[in-house]
Amino acid sequence: MDRRASFDNLWLAGALVAPQILLVVVFFYWPTLQALYWAFSTQPPFGGTNQWVGWQNFQQIFTDAVYWNSVRVSIIFATLSTALSISMALLLALMIDRQLAGHKAYRFVYFWPYAIAAPAVGLAFRFIFAPDAGFVSAINQLAPNLWNPALKGWDAMILIVIANSWKMMAYNFIFFLAALQSIPRGLIEAAAMDGSGVLRRARDIQIPLLAPTLFFLLVINITESFVDSFGIVDITTGGGPARATDLMVFKIYSDGFKGLDYSMAAAQSIVLMLLVIGLTFVQFRYVEKRVHYA
Amino acid sequence: MRDGSMIERAPILNAVTHVLMIAGLLIAAFPIYVVFIASTHDLPTVNRVPMPLWPGDHLVQNYATVWNKSDFGAKMINSLIVATGVTIGKITLAALTAFSIVFFRYRARMLVFWAIFITLMLPLEVRIVPTYAVAADVAEPLRWLVWLFGLELGIAPINLLNTYTGLILPLVATATGTFLYRQFFLTIPDTLVEAARMDGAGPLRFFWEHLIPLSRNNMAALATIMFVYAWNQYLWPLLITTDARMATATMQLQKIVPGPLFGQPPVWNEAMAATLLVMVPPLLVVIFMQGAFVRGLVATDK
Repeated sequence: MDRRASFDNLWLAGALVAPQILLVVVFFYWPTLQALYWAFSTQPPFGGTNQWVGWQNFQQIFTDAVYWNSVRVSIIFATLSTALSISMALLLALMIDRQLAGHKAYRFVYFWPYAIAAPAVGLAFRFIFAPDAGFVSAINQLAPNLWNPALKGWDAMILIVIANSWKMMAYNFIFFLAALQSIPRGLIEAAAMDGSGVLRRARDIQIPLLAPTLFFLLVINITESFVDSFGIVDITTGGGPARATDLMVFKIYSDGFKGLDYSMAAAQSIVLMLLVIGLTFVQFRYVEKRVHYA
Repeated sequence: MRDGSMIERAPILNAVTHVLMIAGLLIAAFPIYVVFIASTHDLPTVNRVPMPLWPGDHLVQNYATVWNKSDFGAKMINSLIVATGVTIGKITLAALTAFSIVFFRYRARMLVFWAIFITLMLPLEVRIVPTYAVAADVAEPLRWLVWLFGLELGIAPINLLNTYTGLILPLVATATGTFLYRQFFLTIPDTLVEAARMDGAGPLRFFWEHLIPLSRNNMAALATIMFVYAWNQYLWPLLITTDARMATATMQLQKIVPGPLFGQPPVWNEAMAATLLVMVPPLLVVIFMQGAFVRGLVATDK
């Protein structure tokens, strides 16, 4: 990133980056260090300074069935919502990319869900899927409590997966469509002239060329499902019933702010942080590959 | 020339495509439509299963109730202040930082870039408890810094809880924005810098008179995604506001419905009216700034 022409007032250069560096240190690095410290120490019950306890907090969470439950439901949530939102988005993007009549109007509306706040999405779906109102509860007329996310763990999981996928579908759609539109038109036309039909072209040209985008979206969706799920869970299920939707982020929040157990919350934060770092590295490696590709 | 204009007969496939596109439209729009319809009925009607799909005549009444009951107008204004503050803050910091690391030559600039870039791996959700502790007393890191130099100063605690500063400042640092601006500044030809210097422009004048006007598209793209991001913030305002007067509209949704799924059912018509109020501003941004929004999203998340 060297340019030949540049300015040399270094005081100014420093002053320009100072505000953001200050914010990053105070609100990102400092809290991260503090989380690390808390994760390796405990607070005495009657106050005073923290005592260093080594790996004890981690041992405690890793032997805790409640913690493993939150890991398990987080993985289920991430897998299901990633699969659902990506496959729907891919299908819709391929359809829109055919540019039949009206595709612009459809495309326009497909963006909308991504603009809506997670708790608003959660509340809308909580109503639609409510056990005693809305629409889905109509099936309860067949048999009582056939559908009840307030009582059945899997129903609650399905509810948050659908709400999350609805929002992420719009995001994935935007990326798939952008990638499809960057495929050279000549390629598609040449294939068409060679007699390959719409489906054949989708299978042999478009979907293979979408592979980098697909991989990128997989990583982003998994990361988002692990990290950014609080809004939906908090307003729809609150982690219940019986911890069936007690996702990792939600558990950190409830242990930290409801249980006031900072050490346990910090240890869980560190685990989640390592997970995010790992996923980000996977993504960066891919980004580098993609630069060569393009 | 794409499929649509290509002379190609695939009537069955075209029919299937139309059906799927309409299905996609229903999936994307139905929940928003339901929220609107539910907000226009009285409570008994809204609790009918399935709920009617045409608007009722309680729209004005429901919105008036929600607006007055939880002082929603003030919360919408809070949301607007926070979203605008975060957006302006992010754009300003991103532009200044990128300007420094692209147009000045000093050793630490890669360090600066990485220090900001790495924050991508530290989302708020994984450091909520300690970030809350910092917001409760921002002077704490400073005290440690002073202590490292062997001094002990009584620096008074600075509490950001229940303030606009506390709602805005921790969200203002931006790795994606800085990255986007950096990428854009790298495309500025050296000749432009040289010409500006020949005209006697210093760095700040160059920034203000050349870079800012050139980066207008960039700014619009960033502003749309950041406004939507900031308006939709939920966890952070929930944590640091205990005073109802500082609540934002998005976090207020939690206060409008009773506990998650259990207990008595929410007053759905009012809850849906509040939901729609929260949905509308970012939706309008996306509708009117569609191009900029898509550009911002696709450009920053790479």
